[in-house]
Amino acid sequence: MTAQIVAPKERKVAQKRIALTGNHAVALAVKMARAEVIAAYPITPQTPVVEKLAEYVNNGELDAEFIPVESEHSAMSAVIGASAMGARTFTETSSQGLGHMYENLPIAVGMRLPIVMGMAVRTYSAPINVWGDYSDVMSMRELGWIIYIAQNAQEAFDTVIQAYRVAEDSRVHLPAVVAYDGFWTSHVLQPLDVPEDEEEVMRYAPITRSWVKLDVDNPAQLGAVGTPEWYWEIRWQAVEALRASLKVIQEADEEYGKVFGRSYGLLTPYRLEDAELAIVAYGSIFGLVKKVVDRLRREGVRAGALRLRVIRPWPGDMFKKLLEHVDKVAVIDRAINHGGPLYGPMAVEIAATIQKPVYNVLATIGMRAIDSDMIYDAVVKIHRGLWVPNTPYTVGLRGYE
Amino acid sequence: MKVAEEYPGLYEYANFELPQEELFLPGHGLCASCTIGVIARHMLKVLGPDTVVVNPTGCAEVSTVVYPRTNWAVPWIHVAFGNGGSVASGIEAAIKVLKRRGVIDPNRKINVVVFAGDGGTADIGFQALSGLLERGHKVIYVMYDNEGYMNTGIQRSGTTPLGASTTTAPAGRKVPGNVTHKKPMAAIAAAHGIPYVATANPAYVHDMVYKFKKAAEAEGPAFLHILQSCTPGWRFEPKYAIRVLELATETGYWVNYEIDHGEFRVTLPVPRRKPVKCFLELQGRFKHLKPEEVEAIQAVIDRDVEEINRIMGKEVIGPVDPSLPCITPRGAR
Repeated sequence: MTAQIVAPKERKVAQKRIALTGNHAVALAVKMARAEVIAAYPITPQTPVVEKLAEYVNNGELDAEFIPVESEHSAMSAVIGASAMGARTFTETSSQGLGHMYENLPIAVGMRLPIVMGMAVRTYSAPINVWGDYSDVMSMRELGWIIYIAQNAQEAFDTVIQAYRVAEDSRVHLPAVVAYDGFWTSHVLQPLDVPEDEEEVMRYAPITRSWVKLDVDNPAQLGAVGTPEWYWEIRWQAVEALRASLKVIQEADEEYGKVFGRSYGLLTPYRLEDAELAIVAYGSIFGLVKKVVDRLRREGVRAGALRLRVIRPWPGDMFKKLLEHVDKVAVIDRAINHGGPLYGPMAVEIAATIQKPVYNVLATIGMRAIDSDMIYDAVVKIHRGLWVPNTPYTVGLRGYE
Repeated sequence: MKVAEEYPGLYEYANFELPQEELFLPGHGLCASCTIGVIARHMLKVLGPDTVVVNPTGCAEVSTVVYPRTNWAVPWIHVAFGNGGSVASGIEAAIKVLKRRGVIDPNRKINVVVFAGDGGTADIGFQALSGLLERGHKVIYVMYDNEGYMNTGIQRSGTTPLGASTTTAPAGRKVPGNVTHKKPMAAIAAAHGIPYVATANPAYVHDMVYKFKKAAEAEGPAFLHILQSCTPGWRFEPKYAIRVLELATETGYWVNYEIDHGEFRVTLPVPRRKPVKCFLELQGRFKHLKPEEVEAIQAVIDRDVEEINRIMGKEVIGPVDPSLPCITPRGAR
């Protein structure tokens, strides 16, 4: 929960320590970033975010328009409209809600609108399951959004603010999603530091309004018909912008560290320098993973860990560098790539990146709880050569090998 | 004029000059004689340059904004098929907050208009429209109704009339075309309790521009249901684009009315109606109908007219007069 890379003593900005759930931390970040139009539809487990934002707006603490839309399809549509008009926008979703807004997700990319969306991740139906895994956000990987995965409430707060700065940067102009564990982060009360002076947030991430807008003095057409003669080049600009955003994401994170005393990098390594075995994971279970690494180290195994914080754009080169010297890479995936070459989406991408076999471990599907002992048992099996690489294994699943 | 006697002040209100300036520019790819252009052109003449147009998927979108060209001299956005209402909600909300924050001049009036077809309004866009109306965003929603999915061919939509032959409700040996009734979109919109609802017909431009003006001045959402003749979909000769629309009104198939703050009034009375046969005969989509099927459609119209007269408390749409010629010579009206 703490263990951030930059020590608190480097802080420039006065901060106060408070306790918030992940959801309320995100709402506070959106308020401090002075979002102008918020449109959302309730869905578990994200609902407290928009409830809190509605409260801020109705209490006069945030001068914004809150649109209680009639569906997630309309939530994404309304923020696309508002962003196209030049406003700083926010929406939040989970699971089926993301599925319902899906049609509009690539449109926000094609129009290059800097929408920021929160996501308290949750699995997809059926069977109906309101609990957290990463099935929803993983289904966004091919659409062109910037995708952050935060570990805890503090990081979710910080990342939302960073996301506004990145998305609105004139080198980027792309929508960004900040995902964090449904329930395990969204609903758990955690301590976090927030700036005392909200103006600091606006100084760090001022509203640029530099993107192409619906301006009556300078009429532009957004979303015109892109014939085969034009579509590919226009879409490719979004592809290039996403690639270029890697640098902007890094800059924004470093700058955030300088101002607020916390930065996370694109990937967060843990005792990885001399590791022979690495555990790669994302989201809130990284705390358990670190515990496993410590235990293995005590037992003489040179273990390390790596957390995925930014999965789009994919920080491939950094990945290669960090895992260059590692013999065995175990990837704990928290979503299923049904029928894929490996059953975990990140395992597939990591295997393609490092071009080494990976040990594919599926865990927490439908929020099936695991503990550090279960991760430890799996990693020990990998270490002893009992599991073969490029084969899906499960942790916590009953009745299957 | 009978209308002026019946409703003193009604069109005096519309006695304004339309500007010379064209904001819906020539050079579009609409079909020959398509009346979407008539609607869009007059709409922008009334609303002026400070207008943002939201255009869901439809004929208007694919034929007027093919990159790198455009026919709209105002900011225009297309997002998807079913979300015109919600995109406009976001734009309207953004304008409000940007005015409060001083980004946009608070005294500047910017119209937000959704320009959507019947599919994007009555079918896939119905929910977003209802959300927009229910939340009370100050948006002018203009539905151009060509009574089918004319952009993708000629498939039936929720506003396709009884008996019309379309590619997904074809006149077959067993089923004589579309078996459902036209969805009453203006009445549905009015049921949301919004300040202004009207139906219009581009054959009567004076009446139509008056309604655009009223819609722009409404203090909340305004919904305009505008009939639009479609050459390939309705299958008439291009020269009849306006004639067929006139017949829609003259037969009572289409009634031009407005619901201003709940007050219903017919803005274009028809003292003597032509039989609906006149309207149907001009179009290929009704060619297959047997006399008894035409009679069934006539019976539906008679019932609707009766209802309108009952609401008005007097006869504003008169009885069918079989002695009237289907095609009234020009200047005789």
